Amino acid sequence: MAKTITIEPISRIEGHGMITIVVEDDGSIGDARFHVTQFRGFEKLCEGRPYYEMVSITERICGICPVSHALASSKACDSILGVHPPETAVMLRRLLNCGEFIQSHALSFFYLSSPDLLLGMDTDPEKRNIVGVIEAYPELARSGIRLRKIGQQVIELLSGKRIHAAWVVPGGVNAPFTAEHRDTIRQMIPEALEITTHTLTMFKKSLENFREEIQTFANFPTLFMGMVDKDGNLEHVDGRLRIIDAKGNIIADTVDPADYQQIIAEEVEQWSYLKFPYYKPMGYPAGIYRVGPAARLNVCNGCGTPLADEEWAEFRALERGPVMSSFFNHYARLIEILFCIETMQKLLDDPALLSPRIRAYAQPNFLEGIGCVEAPRGTLLHHYQVDENGLMTWANLIVATGHNNLAMNRGVLQVAKRFITGTEVSEGALNRLEAVIRAFDPCLSCSTHALGGMPFTISFRKRDGTLLQTL
Amino acid sequence: MAKISLATIWLDGCSGCHMSFLDMDERFLDLAGQVDILFSPLVDNKVFPDHVDVTLVEGAVSNDSDKKNIAIIRQQSTIVVAFGDCAITANVPGMRNRYPVEAVLQRAYIENAAPPQQRSNGQPSKEGISFHTVPQLARMARPIHECIPVDFFLPGCPPPPRAILYLLTEILAGRTPQMHGWTRFGA
Ligand code: SF4
Repeated sequence: MAKTITIEPISRIEGHGMITIVVEDDGSIGDARFHVTQFRGFEKLCEGRPYYEMVSITERICGICPVSHALASSKACDSILGVHPPETAVMLRRLLNCGEFIQSHALSFFYLSSPDLLLGMDTDPEKRNIVGVIEAYPELARSGIRLRKIGQQVIELLSGKRIHAAWVVPGGVNAPFTAEHRDTIRQMIPEALEITTHTLTMFKKSLENFREEIQTFANFPTLFMGMVDKDGNLEHVDGRLRIIDAKGNIIADTVDPADYQQIIAEEVEQWSYLKFPYYKPMGYPAGIYRVGPAARLNVCNGCGTPLADEEWAEFRALERGPVMSSFFNHYARLIEILFCIETMQKLLDDPALLSPRIRAYAQPNFLEGIGCVEAPRGTLLHHYQVDENGLMTWANLIVATGHNNLAMNRGVLQVAKRFITGTEVSEGALNRLEAVIRAFDPCLSCSTHALGGMPFTISFRKRDGTLLQTL
Repeated sequence: MAKISLATIWLDGCSGCHMSFLDMDERFLDLAGQVDILFSPLVDNKVFPDHVDVTLVEGAVSNDSDKKNIAIIRQQSTIVVAFGDCAITANVPGMRNRYPVEAVLQRAYIENAAPPQQRSNGQPSKEGISFHTVPQLARMARPIHECIPVDFFLPGCPPPPRAILYLLTEILAGRTPQMHGWTRFGA
């Protein structure tokens, strides 16, 4: 009789998840699933609200990437109004986004994953957390805390609040930037650069310790999707979508995010609140694709900033085609932090940043709007419909973690097959099952527009679902 | 000052309150020396400890697993703090309460999913969708004090880091925190 292992809660991820594994009689792994266990219903609850409240409401989907939701939401609202925000507003939104990428990637790398990366996948689970890292590597822990703080401070200096600010608005932003705050951010840049380059060097050196993880952390061919700018370079805020296949051929390019429904459809499985988007022309589940840091570095032609470009070239040299193992998301995150610091520097040097023209005004001119940005975890889409009075009638949200759902599930199965035999599951194997999920840095608050609960349990079940044992 | 044990948990929230906790920045380094974090999304323990001095609860109670957990938390913690507006008022999660659960599910999983003819697995059908293995949604998202007695309320969306730090410092010193002036709803 086949048995099922359940891991719940999954710890050190942002949200509520659970893993179940079916172990066959002969001890082989039959199946493995990653379940998202919470649901909040944003697509329904916003009905009847004025469109301009959507920025503040959808920020509350996620406390880690509220800026991404604010940007996608305000872009959807921009198109309902039919306006182009002034150039300065576009630049300020971009600067804000840099702050968010720095803090969110720093959270994922230092607070959530560095315990695995520095202390080892098999260390004592009691110690395997940020406090353990503080004890063992105080300097590194401090610089991780500093780097996240710099990102959060950039957000605060621009928007007045670190989490859930009300500064990004339909049509632009609602207060101009000041020279004083610009100079404060400038002063933070050398330290941010130092911490990031130092961490990159250290991380690259440590890669050889993770050969098995690299081989098994969702290391299989899939499509990749990400936004690129008009030159095909890395883009987080205003770009078009590109999809490549596992060999690196571009199969869809310069797709206007407003046409997302032509390339993406969403499937539902009854064992997870997180839907399963797939590349429509290939069907489900063959149209499996990945988004996020490594996917973005895979699809783009380069970063377009000098230091990040050097690192990008080195990253892409890891494999002949696209970099397949999702383990390398950790690596890609550090490169993206570098890209954001350089982008910040460029923006801060532009005098147009201080212009008081920061908002375009209009009444709703269109009944539908779509906004798209690259969130730290991948492509984020907000799609709204309103009535003549600008009250919301319908919404659809596709979040980064959703796009990766098929790949995370396959990744869990791949790790289970490599590290588990029979029902004897070592603690290190359990942690690797969670670590493969952590490599995607899923944001489960976002993913089901829901978050919550506890991280992970592992339970053993028979194929019919009866519980045998919980660890 | 004696060390205290701390748990933090998120129910139906956005993790923003937890992020505000981390926004203590370097002050977290000092705090880490004064408290033992026994259970939290930041650490690896899977089971809520038998006894914790202080538990910060983020988020509303929205499904059957939240209900089970909040009871365990109350039983096994000396002090329970309703951490942020979602825990105190159900805030944004509570916005779904004016619709029946079926309508909320219908929007996300039937209307906004691939049309049935494109589906490979035949589920869900037009008639509705049910889930298994994952927790079942409660009819309404509710504040935690409707389920259990709460010792302190820490409002804010999220509560500012200095307010969180003040609350913990007072508890560490064995005093009763007076939250007035430190934070407010929606802050
Ligand atoms: S109170 Fe605000 S910040 Fe805290 S969980 Fe709720 S929505 Fe997020």
